[in-house]
Amino acid sequence: MSNDHHRYVADFRNAEVARKIADRLAARKLERTVRLMEVCGTHTVAIWKHGIRQLLPEGITLLSGPGCPVCVTTNADVDLAIALARRPDVTLATFGDMLKVPGSYSSLQQAKAEGAGIRIVYSPLDALRIAQDNPSTSVVFFAVGFETTAPTIAASVLEAERQELDNFYIISVHKLIPPAMKALLDSGEVRIDGFICPGHVSSIIGARAYEFIANDYGIPCVISGFEPLDVLQSIDMLVAQINERRASVEIEYSRAVRREGNKVALELLHRVFEIADADWRGMGILSRSGLKLRPEYSRYDAEQVFDIDSGPTRDHTGCSCGDVLRGAMTPSDCRLFAKTCTPEHPVGPCMVSSEGTCSSWYQYGGGTYGIR
Amino acid sequence: MCLAIPVKVTEITGAVARVEMAGVTREVSVMLLPETQVGDYVLVHAGFAIERIDEQEAAETLRLFSEMETNLEN
Repeated sequence: MSNDHHRYVADFRNAEVARKIADRLAARKLERTVRLMEVCGTHTVAIWKHGIRQLLPEGITLLSGPGCPVCVTTNADVDLAIALARRPDVTLATFGDMLKVPGSYSSLQQAKAEGAGIRIVYSPLDALRIAQDNPSTSVVFFAVGFETTAPTIAASVLEAERQELDNFYIISVHKLIPPAMKALLDSGEVRIDGFICPGHVSSIIGARAYEFIANDYGIPCVISGFEPLDVLQSIDMLVAQINERRASVEIEYSRAVRREGNKVALELLHRVFEIADADWRGMGILSRSGLKLRPEYSRYDAEQVFDIDSGPTRDHTGCSCGDVLRGAMTPSDCRLFAKTCTPEHPVGPCMVSSEGTCSSWYQYGGGTYGIR
Repeated sequence: MCLAIPVKVTEITGAVARVEMAGVTREVSVMLLPETQVGDYVLVHAGFAIERIDEQEAAETLRLFSEMETNLEN
């Protein structure tokens, strides 16, 4: 492997150094148990994959929050996408991980098997290309994601405008992470002593976006990278803040996050979108927690352009994804987990998405051998 | 959703960069990161470069790990 690989990846996975950080963490005196929440699906996977929980001293608990964009998308929004995809004049383009997510009565995958026009894309620019190549078809991109994804969609809408495409639309169900963190703290349902803040959301929004959490709620925040040493170091930084009775926003992932974020991406995002209320699975409608197209871009808004009736929604009996997403329940406490709900036959989205909390617990043995 | 491993930029034409990782090349947009240069390592999300990896900061983070080791040994 190249030196670059070592500098950016392998050196951040050094087992010997990991053990030393873990030793240092273990040497810190905890005045009480510490509960830290990550709000990023990629962190959820990294924590399990690298065995971080097993390296932590007694008294530190990691909780997973609403960090998987697929998982927090509601049945009603999935139903809407399915209804659109079933129209003969529409091709729905979506990221692959939305395909198996169950809506109220069906999934995009099932609709596709029944003949609906659905294309899996890697980038919204791929959806744009489908629109260019098929001028007589309306191409609708199902825009699911957090602040990392939203600027890429904004750039695609601007590109559609530049190319004067009149057959490209989006369903904007974007969600914003800091308002969800605020909602969790306001509800008081789950005690959270510190946040492991998402890496790439923060590459876009920067560190200031979390300052109200440190200043107004007194909760420490550390923006973490995704390698095992990053996550361990971030946990150590959080425990240090807690012990010193400090609360600030620190950046562990300084190689990819600037305090002010990515200004170009933010400018494009706010040029195309405005902040709006959004409906989250498990959390309901949260004030100013989503993005919708600004009025001057409403011609790209599929919900406004198409007359869609996706019918009544329903929840799946027994599925506890909502509680899992708030950190109020661990997957192994759900009575469906690993019984009727498995990655092969998922009932809820947290088991569908590879970044879902239930999927990670299932894959890496959460709930077994006392690992929680 | 996030690909956490940085990729190397090998070529830039207009707003499109060619990137390489482990022998695989593909094109990504640099609309969100217009200052991208050939040789940079960038993070890619949904077909867009979203941030450049700061080499000095990477080295500094690694140094902090080592410094911490020293402190532990003291």
